[in-house]
Amino acid sequence: MPVVTLRAPLSQRAGGSSKHDLPGSTAGEVLRELERRHPPIVGWILDERGRVRPHVNVFVNGERIREDAVVGPADVLHVLPSISGG
Amino acid sequence: MTELLVGTKKGLFVLRGDPADGRPYEIVTRAFPGDIVEYAMRDARTGRYFAAHTSGFYGPRLMFTDDPTGEWTQAVGPVFPEDGEASLERIWTITPGEADGLLYAGAAPAALFASTDGGESWSLNESLWKERRAGDWQPGAGGLALHSICPWPGDERRLAVGVSAAGVWITDDGGDTWRTGYEGLVPEYIPEEDRAGTNALCVHNMHRAPTRPERLFMQFHGNVYRSDDEGSNWQEIRAGLPSGFGFPLVVDPSDPDNAYVIPLVADVDRVTPEGAVRVYETRDAGSTWTAHGRGLPGEEAYLTVLRQAFGAAGTGASMELYFGATSGDVFGSADAGGSWFSVHERLAPVTSVRAA
Repeated sequence: MPVVTLRAPLSQRAGGSSKHDLPGSTAGEVLRELERRHPPIVGWILDERGRVRPHVNVFVNGERIREDAVVGPADVLHVLPSISGG
Repeated sequence: MTELLVGTKKGLFVLRGDPADGRPYEIVTRAFPGDIVEYAMRDARTGRYFAAHTSGFYGPRLMFTDDPTGEWTQAVGPVFPEDGEASLERIWTITPGEADGLLYAGAAPAALFASTDGGESWSLNESLWKERRAGDWQPGAGGLALHSICPWPGDERRLAVGVSAAGVWITDDGGDTWRTGYEGLVPEYIPEEDRAGTNALCVHNMHRAPTRPERLFMQFHGNVYRSDDEGSNWQEIRAGLPSGFGFPLVVDPSDPDNAYVIPLVADVDRVTPEGAVRVYETRDAGSTWTAHGRGLPGEEAYLTVLRQAFGAAGTGASMELYFGATSGDVFGSADAGGSWFSVHERLAPVTSVRAA
């Protein structure tokens, strides 16, 4: 089952846990399941259309992916804010 | 004692002080540090506080609380439909409606949301959204924003909203159908030969006179207008002002002839004219204007005051007025603009000011 890792403040909105085992075959499905289990995180990673927010990065195996990326049961999705600004 | 809610680029500041003292207000609390708080207000009917804030990473949301020094709760919405083509970018304003529990929120991209449960959950006004899609509305410099919501006192079915840059929209049936209020508005930023029939009408701010509700005042992009027929037709009232350009506007709730604006030089130079901060007041519905500057910076002051950064409390000669600038300065008046004092200096750039 894919794993999602979160940092504060997202982890605080997901039951205080930074690691979540979640079902799904795409990044979007996995993150929607995270929202279903932890409603306070709704809208923070994905917008209402299910798209990863522009300034949020989701990395799998060192590669930045979008919501439609296929993920496997051994994959770890790291959710990080963008390094923005100068 | 007055409580001020000051939204800034770096959080919400709750200030308290006594306007009769003329001394700076104290910071009671700072909420949402690091996030932009575009708008904050308190619903006087319930005492509930609302704040619209946007994380640079995690997007916009609407929060509410009964105690701004404590925990805030995230509202359910406003959001656009999951299967639609839009995502919420920003919440520009929150306005109590005329029925118990009814509130409105104006958003970008331009949309009206309503809550019937005191602001805990929100739904999109679908009929105005369809007008937006059919009308190919275009954004102003600040985005495609529904920023002004003007309820009709005592009648929950009647409402006027202002959109940058898609003019005025009016409903008489609680938002089921909408009509435009375009007549008389002149978009001087469009070549004269292209103005006929355009809907690119850049409303900057609009307020209704509660005691004469068919009257509305508007700060437009380059002009100031008044309507005496519910927003259908508009007449220019800029004569006597140093500029027609500006963003915020305040109307005295008790006097339909009394309104205030803060002119800026022009759209290409959005600062106070001649380096002097002045608030202009009309007591005759825009026929004449009086400049107020006593206690305000009078030289080498080039401030920008944004559309939601001018608020009021009370009415008449003792009406309190407050405005904040992108410099982080907040000013107040306890005598309807006759004299001013510094409420606070060196906050973050101010996006909104409302008296709680």
